[in-house]
Amino acid sequence: MATEIKPNTGTWTVKSGLAQMLKGGVIMDVVTADQAKIAEDAGAVAVMALERVPSDIRADGGVARMSDPQMICEIIEAVTIPVMAKARIGHFVEAQILEALGTDYIDESEVLTPADENNHINKHEFSVPFVCGARDLGEALRRIGEGAAMIRTKGEAGSGNIVEAVRHARKVLGQISHIRGMESDELMATARDLKAPYELVKVIHQTGALPVVNFAAGGISTPADAALMMQIGVDGVFVGSGIFKSETPQIMANAIVKATTHYKDPEMLASVSKGLGASMPGIDVRTLPESEQFATRGW
Amino acid sequence: MAPIGVLAVQGDFLEHRNMLDSIGIESVEVRLPEQLENIDGLIIPGGESTTIVQLIDIYEMRQPLLEKARKGLAVWGTCAGMIVIAKHLKDKRPDPLGLMDIVVSRNAFGRQIDSFETDLDINGIDGPPMHAVFIRAPLVTEIGNGVEILAEVGHGKPVAVKQNRILATSFHPELTEDPRMHAMFANIAHSIQ
Repeated sequence: MATEIKPNTGTWTVKSGLAQMLKGGVIMDVVTADQAKIAEDAGAVAVMALERVPSDIRADGGVARMSDPQMICEIIEAVTIPVMAKARIGHFVEAQILEALGTDYIDESEVLTPADENNHINKHEFSVPFVCGARDLGEALRRIGEGAAMIRTKGEAGSGNIVEAVRHARKVLGQISHIRGMESDELMATARDLKAPYELVKVIHQTGALPVVNFAAGGISTPADAALMMQIGVDGVFVGSGIFKSETPQIMANAIVKATTHYKDPEMLASVSKGLGASMPGIDVRTLPESEQFATRGW
Repeated sequence: MAPIGVLAVQGDFLEHRNMLDSIGIESVEVRLPEQLENIDGLIIPGGESTTIVQLIDIYEMRQPLLEKARKGLAVWGTCAGMIVIAKHLKDKRPDPLGLMDIVVSRNAFGRQIDSFETDLDINGIDGPPMHAVFIRAPLVTEIGNGVEILAEVGHGKPVAVKQNRILATSFHPELTEDPRMHAMFANIAHSIQ
């Protein structure tokens, strides 16, 4: 049967649906088209195109902005998997530019220097879907309220240290199970305490889950880190500096993909963890002054 | 009756399992070759086709799966799954399994910004049209002998096709509330060959 299509683009279903397709996968930060191809060959479900990985942004200091559109276009040309790119928090014009380039997903990211310390982007106004970072359930629901179609933990990007990603994932999941067990007359006060939209708190109470896909990000640097986050209960992982700052990126990329698929299989995890060479150097997040913590950017 | 397997290396396999569950059909997750035993059918879900094919090869499932399909295992690919089971692709990658005699073009409707929803009439599905969600969706560009077109968008754009016990759809019935396509596949899978 032939149906004349009346296509409806940029809907919530297609925006949140793309994130559904990424589940169980690894999204890798890449800074060149060659790195993007390595990521695709290793089985990445998407790449994040950026000029510098977070550990270099951290080392360089200064203002970090949206990447050069030329570089993003080269990466879009180089691979057939979805290409994501970062806009500064609140910088809706960077987001408009990324949408015009044909970027498949925009990360409104604390890794870049915020453009607006008060407001995030109104993501409902875009056809392209957005992913945003969160440290707790209130922050996740505020971003979803603004139109984010996917959530990730903030973790502490470029630190090589998984501790903050674990903290944020456990916080979000713990708050969800707490709300799940509440009486319905407690939800308004909870929405007030979380500074979260009441309608979304009701959804959490009814379903026991975020209404969008939830990934881990910020500090994942080994296959074991990826599997840890999956066992804690996220849907997939972002790996930033962890792959291309390791000694053998190709092998590390492959190993993290396998660990994410077989996160419940210790024998598989043991076998992929062998002979990886040196991981990226890490830093103790507790030694970072607040001004150097990415996770505290945005609210 | 054996359960329906859902390939669970990557993608929205959980949504397929939930849909089967909603109509009382038992399912199991398939991640390794030995898990292809004792299933009546296999769903290859939406996801990233390059990733799914890489993982099928890394976990050495290609040959066992081809062997099973040759012996009559029912297989249904949705979106990325359609790409995975095609004979040829218009694109350089991935290297598809060749379970169905179709040529498929990836991302045929454009990038994510062109992803869309629409209502679709499908041969073999009674009642009102199905709501179909197309996300960076593929399209069938050529069909071989014995491939039946179940639905098209516009003219000459097949988005649901069937060949014997193999089914492929460009869209995602698992992202809707409508289990009719899953019931159709379960009927094929559980029918005597």
